[in-house]
Amino acid sequence: MGDSTQQLDRAFAALADPTRRDLVARLSVSDATVGELAEPYDVSFQAISKHVKVLEEAGLVTRSKDAQRRPVHLNREAFDLMTQWIERYRREAEERYRRLDALLARTAQDDEDRRPDKEQAS
Amino acid sequence: MSKHETEIKADAKVPTIEITREFDAAPERVFQAHVDPDLYAQWTGPRESNTKITRWDARTGGEWAFGGESGGEAYAFFGSFHEVRPNERIVWTFTYEGEPDGVFLETMTFEPLDGGRTRLRVLSVTQDFETRDGMLASGMDVGVNEGFEKLDELLAQEAA
Repeated sequence: MGDSTQQLDRAFAALADPTRRDLVARLSVSDATVGELAEPYDVSFQAISKHVKVLEEAGLVTRSKDAQRRPVHLNREAFDLMTQWIERYRREAEERYRRLDALLARTAQDDEDRRPDKEQAS
Repeated sequence: MSKHETEIKADAKVPTIEITREFDAAPERVFQAHVDPDLYAQWTGPRESNTKITRWDARTGGEWAFGGESGGEAYAFFGSFHEVRPNERIVWTFTYEGEPDGVFLETMTFEPLDGGRTRLRVLSVTQDFETRDGMLASGMDVGVNEGFEKLDELLAQEAA
């Protein structure tokens, strides 16, 4: 239990860093080696390599063990999951607002009934 | 029933959540449903929870708090009304009691549309992505467990 919570925290923490989010965005277009990933940045190859390692430990990217280039590959499933979370959050909001729709429809009727001198104590 | 589903945007560059929704009612009435505690309690909160408002002073500088129970678990939120501008805008702070260091600043705008309708926009900003993503993940009661299970599986696979 505590272990899985830790893993989840690691996934969130990995994505909390702007450089790592940027790396993920680039990997969503295509696989790349650490060298290719490091190119556009002013920071060292080692720094990018460290970022990739954090993403790897969080289960967000994988690297093939045998190929010489060892390209970094984005784990789509992990991101589908995040998209699903956002979609569920959206649905929760939608459910709330449907209750508000219903309330507004109900109170519109009340307003009609009580017009013209509706008084609301609050 | 109209068809204008909630839209949501979780920005990749800044830790925000932006929700947009349209209503078949004028801004005055949508606003009222946000500031009148009796009305607010009727629609807010996770479904199947009975929201109880414990503090409510919907004025600039006032405070608010409500809580309830969902799936056998108690939850509570609190904050302050930073600005209440009738029928136009509410700015409040929002904290989940289980995460006392994570505060969101929420700006709600009630924009009038043609035909006596309203576009509600809720922009939430917080200090970092961890807090933002934690909020996205926590808002889903039942669904979130399913999601966590899948992530657990995935992480277990990666570790193997």
